[in-house]
Amino acid sequence: MSRQIKVERIKEGTVIDHISCGQALNVMRILGITKEYPSTAVTVAMNVSSPKSGRKDIVKIEGRELKGDEVDKISLISPHATINIIRNSGVVEKRNVSLPVTLEGVVTCANPNCITRFEDTVSKFKVERRDPIRLRCLFCERVMEQKAVINQF
Amino acid sequence: MDMDFRGRDIISIRDFNRDEIEYILDKALEMAGEGAPLMAGRILGLLFFEPSTRTRLSFEVAMKRLGGDVVGFSDSHLTSITKGESLSDTIKTVETYTDIIVVRHSREGAARLAAEASSKPVINAGDGPNQHPTQTLLDLYTIRKELGRLDVKVTLMGDLKYGRTVHSLAYALALFDAEIDLVSPPGLEMPEEVITDLKAMGARINVSNKLDISRAQVLYVTRIQKERFPDSEEYAKVRGAYKLTMESLHEAREDLIILHPLPRVQEIASEIDGTKHAKYFDQVANGVPVRMAVLALVTGVVD
Repeated sequence: MSRQIKVERIKEGTVIDHISCGQALNVMRILGITKEYPSTAVTVAMNVSSPKSGRKDIVKIEGRELKGDEVDKISLISPHATINIIRNSGVVEKRNVSLPVTLEGVVTCANPNCITRFEDTVSKFKVERRDPIRLRCLFCERVMEQKAVINQF
Repeated sequence: MDMDFRGRDIISIRDFNRDEIEYILDKALEMAGEGAPLMAGRILGLLFFEPSTRTRLSFEVAMKRLGGDVVGFSDSHLTSITKGESLSDTIKTVETYTDIIVVRHSREGAARLAAEASSKPVINAGDGPNQHPTQTLLDLYTIRKELGRLDVKVTLMGDLKYGRTVHSLAYALALFDAEIDLVSPPGLEMPEEVITDLKAMGARINVSNKLDISRAQVLYVTRIQKERFPDSEEYAKVRGAYKLTMESLHEAREDLIILHPLPRVQEIASEIDGTKHAKYFDQVANGVPVRMAVLALVTGVVD
């Protein structure tokens, strides 16, 4: 008999599934979930087996639906993640995160001499690689690897 | 081949493919020695937020050789920028006066931002350590003019870490299947990021701390800046080791050409200037026809 993971179902909230292995804590960071977080249930599962992707992480959050920019940020560190919105204990909406070819806003260029750090303008990056993420600033042309991206969240 | 450069910005060598680069170089060759008033009645805005001698003068000469006029500044301390005006606002003002804008700025990406703000064509004359595309074009022009081709063996020597000209040039040479030797003092090597890019393009790259001049058809020397070194003794040592003298030329190929983006500070002994290998002053002169071609193409007075 295979081992079952017992995780309490949530009634209202969001299940972020198919998070790339090891990225659950970064997803929490993006969502601002720290020990000061309000007293709603947050369940984190890491390295659980998945028929689709081998191993994956899962984050379940009671009483919260994600905002657009939060979903965008998750797509940067976990391009295969799915967002399930739960109401009355059932999935009412399931969507994949989507990472555009050109990323506008969301992250700031890590180059301290990039003009976008000094002018009132929207940052723009070409997505050169999706997993792990590699961005190239369309202004200063410098590359941002995953680590530099995560450091901003 | 028909190519439309009208209204196009010249920001980064990365924006151009091989055919487009060759087209610009062909146009430059046609322009060399020419003085047709193709740009009569047109005004170029030269916005030099950072000092420059060669680039600013050669743009100015290029515009005047085409019969056009020039306005601008070469010291941003004398302008509204000191009052805190944004780059976008400066550009939006200048574009109302001019037909084309050339920008040099210390911040990377400044020219791209200027191009976004402007409806007139913008040419990048250097955005900090990032790009300087007309320099790269004139380097390529010189190599092609001297050797007749671009798929040659090129050695880039000097400060390959901070020197923006060598990053763009290496990228362009990789487009043309050149074989590239990278020779630099320890600590001033080509950034790993650039090498990764070049290799992804299929470039043949050799990295070394020591020059083997016999391999090169083109030796491109760049300045090693004193401020890159913690103490002057270390700097003196490195400077000595990477200085080109008559002695260094013993093993050189007959057809070797030596280039340098200038200014030089003792990287090439002046005794080399008189040899057939020295082409750095021809190179600097080539800045004019190349910039004439770029100005004429983006304003659409030639196609």
